[in-house]
Amino acid sequence: MPLKLEIVTPEARIFSDEVDSVVLPGVEGEMGVLPAHANLVTTLTHGELVYTKGGKSTHFAVGEGLVEVTGSTTRILTDMAIGVEDIDEKAVQEALDRAKHALENIKPGTDNEEVAAVMAMIQRSSAQLHVKRKRHTL
Amino acid sequence: MPSTRDIRRRIKSVKSTAQITKAMQLVAAAKMKKAQDQATNGRAYAETMNKILVALRDAAEEGSHPYFEEGKGNKTLVLVIASDKGLCGALNTNLFKKLLAAKLEGECDFVTIGRKASQALSRLRKTLIADFPIKDPAKFTDLRTAGNFLQEKFRGGDYKKVLVAFNNFVNTVTIVPTIEQLLPVNKVTLGGKRSFEGMGSALEVKETGTDVPEYTFEPSAAAVFDSILPQYVNNTVFQMLLEARASEHSSRMVAMKNATDNAKQMLKDLSLEYNKLRQAAITNELLEITTAKMALE
Repeated sequence: MPLKLEIVTPEARIFSDEVDSVVLPGVEGEMGVLPAHANLVTTLTHGELVYTKGGKSTHFAVGEGLVEVTGSTTRILTDMAIGVEDIDEKAVQEALDRAKHALENIKPGTDNEEVAAVMAMIQRSSAQLHVKRKRHTL
Repeated sequence: MPSTRDIRRRIKSVKSTAQITKAMQLVAAAKMKKAQDQATNGRAYAETMNKILVALRDAAEEGSHPYFEEGKGNKTLVLVIASDKGLCGALNTNLFKKLLAAKLEGECDFVTIGRKASQALSRLRKTLIADFPIKDPAKFTDLRTAGNFLQEKFRGGDYKKVLVAFNNFVNTVTIVPTIEQLLPVNKVTLGGKRSFEGMGSALEVKETGTDVPEYTFEPSAAAVFDSILPQYVNNTVFQMLLEARASEHSSRMVAMKNATDNAKQMLKDLSLEYNKLRQAAITNELLEITTAKMALE
């Protein structure tokens, strides 16, 4: 029995295919999903998603979101999902540096919103970098 | 009486104006299509989220979340989504008219997306607390900042409710300025269908009350609920923004089409006048020649 993996963002359906297994970053740690998994809904956090198909594994960097697992499909709702090949390491590193710089320069008493936005940027960038770098060292 | 040269000059300038408006019309049409596609692409996300919400609605204790109750304060926060650029007919004006006619009770603070909105509101001397510039095509990550800001303000307790004023896209010629309540979340419509009929087949989230599987929630239903609601709210705002963008482009397309048509009519009138003048000049000349010849004989 195959497992259908769908990754959707508010902007597009990023990925939809049948796979053998998925490992995803749940809020309570990494979680593996195999076909015929019990129905489950959990929250997703920034990190690396790996799916295996025919012995080959593919990596995605994902952002915050939700995971819906039913017996035959795993659907990921997230605000970011980027395939490892599409990550532009240099650009992301620059974004990360910029964000960190911005965080240091934020004056105390500035809107929390600004801090939150920068923090989100840092998290997103680091998740992407983490996935990309890991691939390089393999 | 203008000379033929004056008219020729005017014809030339009208012609180039028509060319520009025609180009803007085509660009707006393409952008409108894009905004509609974007809304279609977000469909899967909204559908799944609604499904999970319906499943959660029973699992999580209703009314326990602060998003379901009016805030303690008595102010109202209004998000106004307008366009950045003009030349789109009465689009923005209609929205502001609607906003003024709505006679919002109590004190209102405003948050804006789009330059026209912030300009108009500051002209009306309203309290503007934040302005979020969002590029076109809109990206979800850009919008999330605005969405989170609204939610934070609501959680802060100063505001009774959060409203959104935007242009709802019904079809290319019908755009309805709308004011909708964002927070507190309406329990009845939660997980149900938002009126997206406008997008044609773009977004039809069906009532998913019946065949929702039983889920296990990790770590708990309440925790998942807490994390899904802000995302739900953000996605709702995002969909509204897409509607507003589609409205903007379609409205601009129509305005530019009218401008092109008007320019063409003007060209027609001008050429007629030009030809008349030219003919008159020729006739005059002929008359002179004939008279001169007759005088010589």
